[in-house]
Order: sequence, then C-alpha cells, then structure tokens
Amino acid sequence: MNDDRTPLIEVKDLRKLFKLKGGAKLYAVDGINLKIYPQETVGVVGESGCGKSTLGRSILRLIEPTSGVVLYNGRNIMDLGQRKMREIRKDLQIVFQDPYSSIDPRKSVIDVIAEYMFIHRMFKNRALTYSRAAELMDLVGLARRYANSYPHELDGGRRQRVGIARALSLNPKFIVCDEPVSALDVSIQAQILNLLMDLEDELGLTYMFVTHDLSVVKHISNKIVVMYLGKCVEMASSDELFLNPLHPYTKALLGAILEPDLAKRDQEFMIIKGEVSNPINVKPGCRFAKRCDYCFEGCADSDPQLFEVSPDHFVSCFLMNQRPLSAL
Amino acid sequence: MGDVILDIRDLTVVYKTDLETVEAVNGVDLRIGKGKTMGLVGETGAGKTTTALSILRLLPSNTGRVLKGSIAFGGIDVLALDEKKMRDIRGDRIAMVFQDPMTSLNPVMTIGEQIAEALVLHNDGLGKEDIEGRVEEMLSMVGILPSRKNEYPHQFSGGMKQRVVIAMALACEPELLIADEPTTALDVTIQAQVLLMIKELRNRLGTSMLMITHNLGIVAKICDDVAVMYAEEVVESGTVEDLFFGDRHHPYTEGLFGSLPNLSSRAKRLVPIPGLMPDPSNLPEGCAFEERCGKRMDICKNLHPATATSGTHSLRCHLFNGGPER
Repeated sequence: MNDDRTPLIEVKDLRKLFKLKGGAKLYAVDGINLKIYPQETVGVVGESGCGKSTLGRSILRLIEPTSGVVLYNGRNIMDLGQRKMREIRKDLQIVFQDPYSSIDPRKSVIDVIAEYMFIHRMFKNRALTYSRAAELMDLVGLARRYANSYPHELDGGRRQRVGIARALSLNPKFIVCDEPVSALDVSIQAQILNLLMDLEDELGLTYMFVTHDLSVVKHISNKIVVMYLGKCVEMASSDELFLNPLHPYTKALLGAILEPDLAKRDQEFMIIKGEVSNPINVKPGCRFAKRCDYCFEGCADSDPQLFEVSPDHFVSCFLMNQRPLSAL
Repeated sequence: MGDVILDIRDLTVVYKTDLETVEAVNGVDLRIGKGKTMGLVGETGAGKTTTALSILRLLPSNTGRVLKGSIAFGGIDVLALDEKKMRDIRGDRIAMVFQDPMTSLNPVMTIGEQIAEALVLHNDGLGKEDIEGRVEEMLSMVGILPSRKNEYPHQFSGGMKQRVVIAMALACEPELLIADEPTTALDVTIQAQVLLMIKELRNRLGTSMLMITHNLGIVAKICDDVAVMYAEEVVESGTVEDLFFGDRHHPYTEGLFGSLPNLSSRAKRLVPIPGLMPDPSNLPEGCAFEERCGKRMDICKNLHPATATSGTHSLRCHLFNGGPER
C-alpha cells in the first residue's frame, strides 16, 4: 500500500463540526487521514454515531466538511465551484443504506435509473438514455420487465439493485457504499455483495464500504479503518487487522462478532463496559478511555496520535507508543 | 426432551382480508422443553413473528385467524382460553420482548411505572413498597441504576431501552420468554452485552425461551434447539448439534449458511440462494423452496413434502423421505 501510485482519493485532516443549540460542538469527523488507491476497497467500521456515514458523505461533499482536504486523482475538490463539482460528481457516487427512502416513490424504475443521465445530458436523446438504463438493469441483474414498476412493488434486494444501477449510470470511478446490505435478509445480502464484487472486477471500481458488520467488511475490503467518535483508532489491511488487532476497541469489536459456529459456543464473549459516550463537547484525551480495560492515567490527558506500529498498520493508542508489541 | 413447557402442533394461521387470504403459518410443530431455549430462524415474512403472536393470542383480531392446530402451554390449551384467563397468563407466565425497543416503550410513562405495571396487574397481594422494591431489583438485575426509575424512555440509549424492556418482561418471572429479534436494532458491542445478560438471567431464573432471530451466530451462542422456517413452514428442526454438525440438511438451511461471509475461510464469493421467497398469498402446490433449490427433482414441483424425523432431527424435503440419516 505504500506505493508511488497516486491515490484515487486522498483525505487529509478532514473534519466536520456540527454546531448545536447553545454553542455545543459535535465533531462527527475529527481529523481523518486516508488514502484510497485505484481498485482498492476500503472498509470503514464503527458503531452508530461514530461518524462513518458523515465521513463518506463529506468526501463527496454531500455534507460540506468544516476543514481538511479531499484530493481526487491528486486534484483538490474542496474549493471547486458548483459547476465543476457537478462535473466531478459523475466520477464519485454513493449507494445509500435504505433502499426504501433513497428512491423517489413516484418514479418508475427506469426513470430512477435514467434521472442522473438526463441531469448530466449523457446522451443526445431520450431513446439512447433509456436504452442505456435498460443495459444497466441487465448489468445489476434486474429483469427488464420491472422497468415500468414503481419502487413499492419491488422487494428490498431489487430496490437496492435499482440504487446500484443509478449509481453506476454515470460511469463512476469511486463509489461510497453506505451500509448497502444492512437492511436486507441474509440470502439477499449475499446476492448484493456478490454483485458489488463482480462489478468491481468488471468495471474497475474503487469502493469505500461503510458498515457496522465486521464479517461483511472482512469479506469485501482490502483495507479497514476502525472509527470511534469521529477518530480513526486503527487502520490496517483486512488480514492484518483480523489477525493482529491492536487497539482495545478493535479487539472488543472483533470479540463481539457472533460466529455461526457451534464450536465457539462456550468461548467467552469479550464484553466492553458501557456505551459510546456523548459525542458533544468531547474533552481532550483518548475517546475510548472510559470504556477501556487497559486505560491508565495518561490516557485522559491528551489525544493519542495515529502511529505506524508496523508497515501500513496504524494505531492510535498510548499503549502502542510506549510498549513493545508483545506486551499486549 | 423431558418436560415440555410449550407444545405447538400443526398450527395454521391465515390473515384474511376482503381481497385475499394469506397463509402466514402452515402446519408448524414446535416443542420447547422446560428450561430450554429454542431458536426460530428464518427470513422476513417466513412466519416467525406470527407464530409468536399466536402463542400469546395477540394476532390482529380483525384479520388473523388460527385455522387449525393446538398450542399447549404447561398442559393448558391456550387457544381455548377466554380472554380473561388469557390475560392471567400473558405477561405473567409468558412474556414477550419485541424487536424495537424504541417503539415498545410508552414515551409518556417513566420506566419504573412501566415495569411496575405488570406487577400491579398480576400480583394482587403486593403493597406499594413491595412493588417499588421489586422494580429497583429488576433494574439493577439488568444493569441500570435503580435511581433512574423515574426517568422517561427518551432519556435512555437504545441498548438501555432494550434492558428496560427485558426487565419488564422478566418482572413477573415468566416460565416462558418469547424474544423477537431482541438485539437486531442494537450496535455490535451492545448486542454482545444484552445477549450475555439474557443468557445469564435465563440460566439463573431457569426461564424457557423462544428466541426469534435471523442470526445463526446468536443460535450458536445461546440456543439448545432450532427450528428453521421458510415460507410459513418449519423446514428443518433439531438440536443445535443437528443443525451445525449433522450431515443432512434442508437445501434452504445450506443456503443460509452459504450466504454468510465466513471469517476463517478465504472464499472470495458467497454462495447465495438465488431468487426470492414465494408470495405467501400464492404458494406453489409442491415444495415452496422448489424454485430456488439447486437439488430439485421432478417430484418437488407437484407434491408437498412431508416431514421425516430421525431421532431429534426433522426435515421437510423429498431428498430425505426415508428420514435423515445421522
């Protein structure tokens, strides 16, 4: 990963501050640095409220970040005007979590898929646009007989296919998948995951995959970013993270996975105490300190910095800065 | 299986409207042993929740009908009880935890009042102080500070609300707890906390449980027996060992396992089940899984398979008409 290629997406010190009533501050994304190389899939995991969706949307400027830089192919997209940004948006797309609320209920399937192509005037006339929309239906495995159906007539899996076809309609290079399978039944979830992976190979796509489901993220990602309260606490290749998790929060997340394996029935749950603490007006110090079993005095004093413990494995934990790896 | 606390036989439930009749549960047999936990697994719309609602007689009264079958709870025929007797059982001897803690609590009552409600209704002898004491005991049992009993649901997080709902359900020490996807709405670390708590409380109080879930990981962790539902029927049932270690499985069960990303293997592709569950208002004549099944035979299209049982393991599939071999 430490190569000389230009990252497709590079995020530098990205922050998003939400100002709340009474002057309270909520940093949903708090200084994230990230490089995503072409045809790589980066998984972003964390619990609800950790800022993972805000991160995905800030990168696309669907939510305007407060500070920081996003480079697309080396070009800063943060100071682009609306017109130029719209041009770039063709390359940067998103698939939303809930296929029930992210699709206009008053448009037929084919119109939903064709909408972006009309907006960007991709084709000379309507006939060409609709024929491309029909091709996209084939690509995502939607039978053409659904072209004139309305979203409420489709089940969740087919609706998510509509959302994917729409995202693909402008021939994007990079797609943020924001929990694309969490609203679906397991057998349908597997169909959609396979579809996304096939499309990645066929079209040379690059994904950022936002999810709370670690087994899904392991399956689909090359690199994983673990977020906690707006901060990246650990980042490594997917194999490395599962083999050698270093941050106590990552360990807790992995320990909470319920594997469908009876042999592990009596294996102890690794339980972390408490819940995600209040993200409003966070005090300095490690965000995870209150729930952490390894917490010591220094943890609450200052913010731990992301630190490269081994090549391409980054952790933000004081334990890692002070002790050799074998101590944990 | 020893003592049986819940014995459901040939339960058939339909939802009837002016337009159509939808089969929601079709000939379901379930037996839960005393102190045992039965997992009921299946996809959205498979009939899991309807089965649970029938046990409590909570089917929507204008459309839901039990067409045939029997539900015996501790030897009592639940379906024959009048509403007054049913109320004595509901909430006292059988309690239910619903999926979504955000909507199953009353937003304008304090959580203490809500836990006390079942105690007041089912325990005539208890004085005010006894009830308060019991409420505090229940709260500390589920890991909430008893001093928070005068707070309202919106002051609690999702995981905390689900703990309150569990405290409500366990307040009268029910013999049977029905938990309908109790952790689906929760974050993973909170899910682990709540499951561990359910497991400990069950072991301590000796409660029997019907655990409705779509998560085979939960089944592996806390269930003793499992029934897999597909298109309103139980297609496979047995002990957890039968399900996880048995050599014969219903093709749908195999499909469920194939659909899950595996943490230890490096398989690049998942093996999903093609297609979708059939429309419950228009079920096929033969096996309901026939269209999606990779092992279909000629017989599957026309003849509805019967259940074949060998030991504790039952399968409803033509492949195993001689009974599943172990």
